[in-house]
Amino acid sequence: MSDLDQMSADLLGRIAGASDLAALESERVHALGKQGAITQLLKSLGGMSPEQRQEEGPRIHGLRERVTSAIAERKAALEAEALERRLATETLDMTLPAEPRLQGSVHPVSQVMDELAEIFADLGFSVATGPEIEDDWHNFTALNIPESHPARAMHDTFYFPEDEGGERKMLLRTHTSPVQIRTMVKEKPPIYIIAPGRTYRSDSDATHTPMFHQVEGLVIDRGIHLGHLKWTLETFLKAFFERDDIVLRLRPSYFPFTEPSVEVDVGYSIEKGKRVIGGSEGWMEVLGSGMVHPKVIAACGLDPEEWQGFAFGCGIDRLAMLKYGMDDLRAFFDGDLRWLRHYGFSALDVPTLSGGVGA
Amino acid sequence: MKFTLSWLKDHLDTEASVETIVDTLTRIGLEVESVENPAEKLAPFTIAHVLTAERHPQADKLQVLTVDAGSGETLQVVCGAPNARAGMKGVFGPPGAYVPGSDITLKVAAIRGVESRGMMCSVRELQLGEEHDGIITLPDDAPTGENYAAWAGLDDPVIDVSVTPNRQDCMGVHGIARDLAAAGLGTLKPIAVAPIAGAFPCPIEIRTDDPEGCPAFFGRVVRGVRNAASPDWLQQRLKAVGQRPISALVDMTNYVMLSYGRPLHVYDLAKLEGAIVARKAKPGEEVLALNGKTYRLDPSMTVIADDAGVHDIGGIMGGEHSSVTEATTDILIECAYFDPEGIARTGQKLALTSDARSRFERGVDPAFLDTGLAIATEMAIALAGGEPSEIVRAGEPPLGTKIVEYKPDRAKALGGVDVPADRQQAILARLGFDVTTGAAWRVTVPSWRRDVDGAADLVEEVIRIEGLDRVEATPLPRAPGVARPTATAEQLLERKVRRTAAARGLNEAVTWSFIAEAEAAPFGGSAWVLANPISEELKAMRPSLLPGLLAAARRNIARGADGIRLFEVGRRYLADGERPTLAFVLAGDRGPRHWRNGKAAGFDAYDAKAEALAILAAAGAPVDNLQALPGASGVYHPGRSARLSLGPKNALAEFGELHPAALKAFDLEGRTVVAAEIFLDAIPQKRGATGHMREAYRPPALQAVKRDFAFLVPLATQAETLLRAIRGADKQAIVGVSLFDVFTGQGVPEGEKSLAVEVILQPGEKSFTDEELKAISERIVAAATKVGARLRD
Repeated sequence: MSDLDQMSADLLGRIAGASDLAALESERVHALGKQGAITQLLKSLGGMSPEQRQEEGPRIHGLRERVTSAIAERKAALEAEALERRLATETLDMTLPAEPRLQGSVHPVSQVMDELAEIFADLGFSVATGPEIEDDWHNFTALNIPESHPARAMHDTFYFPEDEGGERKMLLRTHTSPVQIRTMVKEKPPIYIIAPGRTYRSDSDATHTPMFHQVEGLVIDRGIHLGHLKWTLETFLKAFFERDDIVLRLRPSYFPFTEPSVEVDVGYSIEKGKRVIGGSEGWMEVLGSGMVHPKVIAACGLDPEEWQGFAFGCGIDRLAMLKYGMDDLRAFFDGDLRWLRHYGFSALDVPTLSGGVGA
Repeated sequence: MKFTLSWLKDHLDTEASVETIVDTLTRIGLEVESVENPAEKLAPFTIAHVLTAERHPQADKLQVLTVDAGSGETLQVVCGAPNARAGMKGVFGPPGAYVPGSDITLKVAAIRGVESRGMMCSVRELQLGEEHDGIITLPDDAPTGENYAAWAGLDDPVIDVSVTPNRQDCMGVHGIARDLAAAGLGTLKPIAVAPIAGAFPCPIEIRTDDPEGCPAFFGRVVRGVRNAASPDWLQQRLKAVGQRPISALVDMTNYVMLSYGRPLHVYDLAKLEGAIVARKAKPGEEVLALNGKTYRLDPSMTVIADDAGVHDIGGIMGGEHSSVTEATTDILIECAYFDPEGIARTGQKLALTSDARSRFERGVDPAFLDTGLAIATEMAIALAGGEPSEIVRAGEPPLGTKIVEYKPDRAKALGGVDVPADRQQAILARLGFDVTTGAAWRVTVPSWRRDVDGAADLVEEVIRIEGLDRVEATPLPRAPGVARPTATAEQLLERKVRRTAAARGLNEAVTWSFIAEAEAAPFGGSAWVLANPISEELKAMRPSLLPGLLAAARRNIARGADGIRLFEVGRRYLADGERPTLAFVLAGDRGPRHWRNGKAAGFDAYDAKAEALAILAAAGAPVDNLQALPGASGVYHPGRSARLSLGPKNALAEFGELHPAALKAFDLEGRTVVAAEIFLDAIPQKRGATGHMREAYRPPALQAVKRDFAFLVPLATQAETLLRAIRGADKQAIVGVSLFDVFTGQGVPEGEKSLAVEVILQPGEKSFTDEELKAISERIVAAATKVGARLRD
C-alpha cells in the first residue's frame, strides 16, 4: 500500500468517525484546510517533474475528490440525524380539537323558494313579486270577490284603518293572487309566472300562523286548458319531491277567481310512520287551482275570448314540511338557532337542475 | 252541512251504498269532511228485560238485577240507578262492550262482593244526550234481545259535507240529492206538496217598505196551533245533525231550512201589533235576538217590524219578543227573499252568523217562496194542528231568467275533457238546466243556481259531473333550446346576499312582518298599523328587521345559546313602499371558548362592520368608496355606530353597537349586541349589458414596494381622514394604504394616538429611484400634516 492509499484510508476513516458537525469540520480542516494534508500534497505538485506530476497529479486530485464527497455525505448524514433528533422533541398533541368553523344556514323557506324558481325556470316560468300591503281591489275585487262576497269573510283579512276619504282600503294580502292581477295588467300575454312571498291571515293555531308563505302560478296564453294545469302540477311535484310516483287527484272546488276551480290532492304513502308524498295510500290537499275566471282576465284589460289560462296557489311552508319533515309550522318563525341549524341548508346547497333541487 | 243517509233518501231514490255516496260527493265537489254512524259504536248494546231487582246485600244504593238480554240465559247485573225496577225494559251492555260516554270497556267484575255480568246504560253513557239521572227506560213493547241502535233508528250514518260558498243550493238536502242524481246515483224525488187553500183572509197586514233589502215577503197565519215538543223522528234527525230541538214549530222551520235550503221564520201572532213590515231599521233601534243578545241597528239594515218595534233582523235572526212558545196559539209564517249583499253587510256589521244568514247571503232560490211556504204550512199543521189563512204576497222575488250561450266544444277547450255533446246536454238537464241546442246552445240557468252566469261555469258543471279524473295531463308548449334565466336583478341580489351571509356563519331566520308599536318607535314608528291585529305584539308593520331579530336573539339566550348570529332577508314597510333589506344581529360570544384563544370574546361594532362590508361587497356595492358617517338610527349607540354611505345622502347600510336603552326594551340589558341593516334597494346596480368578457389581464411588470409610516394625530381624528389624505398624496404610485396599528399609551403624548400605516407603491415601466421614493414619502408626510398628523419620531 502506497503512502497515498494509506492516507486515503486514514482520512476517510476519520471522516466516517466524526460524531458531529464540529468534529467533521475539524476533519475537513485537517484534510483540506490551508495546512491540511491534501492541501500540502497539492502544493507539492509544483515541485515535481512533469512526468512525476503526470503520474501523481490525478492520484492526488482523486484523493481530494473522494475526501470532499465523503465529507459532504457525512455532513448530510449528520444533519439528517440532528433533524431527526430535533423533530423527536417537537411533537404536538394532534388530538387537540381544531377551531370550529362557524356554521351558517339558509332558512328552509328561502331554500324551497329557490327550488321552485329553479324548477319553474325550466318550464319557462319567471318569478314575479308584488306588494304585501295591498289594496282591496287587487286582493279581492279584481279577483271577482266583490265587497259582500262570503269568500271575503273566509279570508280572515288584516286591515289597515281606512283613509279619510274611505276610498282605498289597504290590507295585508291574504294570498299571492294579487300578483296575478298586477302581472296581467302590466304585461302582455303569453304570461308564465310564479309569485312566491309572504301572505297574511288573522288565524293562529297549531297549523296556522298569521303570516305564512305562498306561491302562486299563472299561465295566460292561447288554448290553455285544465289538462295543461294537471301536467304542470304533476311535473312540478315530481321534480320538487324527486319522485316519479307522484299521483294527483283533482276535485271540483270553488274559488271566485277561477272557473272551473279545482282542488288538487296528492297521493301519499306511509314510510317509517310518516306521511311521504308519492304513491296513493291516502290523499292530502296541497293546492288550490283552476282556470282563470273570464271576469278576472277582463278586469285586467285582456280579452277573455282570446286569452285563457290557469292559476294555482300553494303553501310554501307546507311544501317544505312535506319534503323535509318538519311538523310544526310555528317553529318556522321563531328563529330558534337549534331549529335553524337542524332544518336549515348550507350556503353551498344551491338548487340546480343538474345537481337536483333537493338538498 | 250535515245530514243523515235516511234524510237523503227522502229526496233521492237510490240503492247506492254509503261509501259510494261519500266518494261521489267528494268527486263532484261536495267534499265530505266526515261520515259517522252512531250505531257503529253502539253495536254491542241490546234491548234487555229486567226480570228481578233486589237490594244489594252490601250497599244501600245498589241493586242486583237479573236481566234477560235475549241470549237465553239470565244474567246478574249490579246497577246503581234509582229507576231500575223489575219488569222494565232498558239498554244492556255485555262484558267486552266499550261504553263511549264513560270511556270504559265492560268486563265481568265483582261489585261489593256480587258478580256483575254487564251494565244497564244511561243516555249519557251511550252519548245520546246529557241526562244521567237513571238508566234508559224503553217502552214495554221494545223487543228483548234486539240491537238497540237499530230499533231506535240510530243506524243512520251522518254525513258532513263542506259546501263551497257558491253552492247555496246544496245547503239543503234536496239540492245535494239533485247533484247526486245528476252524477248517476239514483233519481231525484220530486217535491210533493199541493197548494193549501186558506180558510180565511190573513188577519194581519204584511208589507215590504224596503223593496231593495227585502223584495218579497210572503206570509200566512195558522190559527189554533198547539206547540208542544216535536215528535221523536224529527227530534232525532235534528239532533243527529247537531241542532237542538226546541218546539214543534221552531223545529219545523229548521227542518225545512235543512231539507230545502229555505229559511223561514214563525211569529207568535198575539205578540204583534198592527201591520208586519219589512223596512230599514231606524237609527239606534235595538232588538233582543233569539241568541239572547241585544243588537243595535242602523238604517243600512233590513228588519221586520210591527207598530211596536223590530221583531226580526231580516234574514239573519228572529227576535225574542215575538218568538213562539208552548203557549202560542196563532202563528204567522214568514217566507221572504232578502238581498244577499244586504244580508252579508248586515251580518258583517253585527258580527252575527246564523244558518239563515249563511243561506240568504249566498242567495236562496227566488222561485221557491210559494213552495217553501206550502211545505211549511203543511208541516206546521201536521205537527201542531190549526187552520191556515190565505197567503199574502208582498213584493216580488227577483225572478229574471238567465240564459247563457254555450258551445259544447268549450268542455275540451277549457276543461281539457272531451265530452260528447249529447252527454253534456244530459248532464245539464239533470242539474236542472234547460238546453236549446244549435250552433251555439242557449242554456237557461235554473233559479237556484245563482252562481252560474257564463260558459266557463257550464264547463265546470259538465266536467265535475263527468269526472275530473278524465282530465289528461297535457304538456305545456315548450320553447326550443335550453331554458332561459328568469331571475330578475333584485332576485339575484337577494340570493347573493343571503348565501353570502350564510357562508359567513350567519343563520337565516324568518320573523314576523308585524311587531309591537313600541318596538317600532326607535325607528320613527310604523307607517302601517293594523286595525284588527291578532295581538298587540303583532300589530305594526316593521320599519326595521331588527326588532324581530332582537326578540329572536332574546329567546335564544333564554334557551342558553352562547353565540348568536342571526340574519333575515325581508321587507321593511315604510310609508312610501316596501324595501328589501338584509339585517343581522350578533350577540353573545364571537366564537366558542377554545384552547387556542382562552376565554370567549364578545362581539364589537367592528364585527358588524366586517359582516356588513362583506355582504355589501357580495352585493356588488363599491365598498372602497363607502364612507362611515354618523347618523345611524336611534337603536344604535350614538358613538359606536355609523351609516355606510355613498356621499352624505345615500346610505347603503347602518351598523353598530345597540343603544343600552334599546337593549333594555328587548330584555337584553347588560349585554353587548351589535347589528346592521343593509338597504338592498339602495345599492347601485351595474347598468346595461356588459357581456361576459373580462378586461385583459396585465400584471405589473415590476414588484411593488412597501413603506411603513407612523403618525401621531389628535384622539378625535378619524382614521379614515388620514388614510384618505395619504391615498390622495400620489394617485399614480400609491395603490394601497392600510392601517395596521392603532396605539395610545407609553411614548404617545396625552390626547393623541399613533396610527401606523402601510403604503404600497407600484412602479410603472421602471423601478423607483431613491430620489423618487424619497419624494413620494415627503408628499405622503405633507398630505398627512395637512389633516393634523405628524410623523412619529
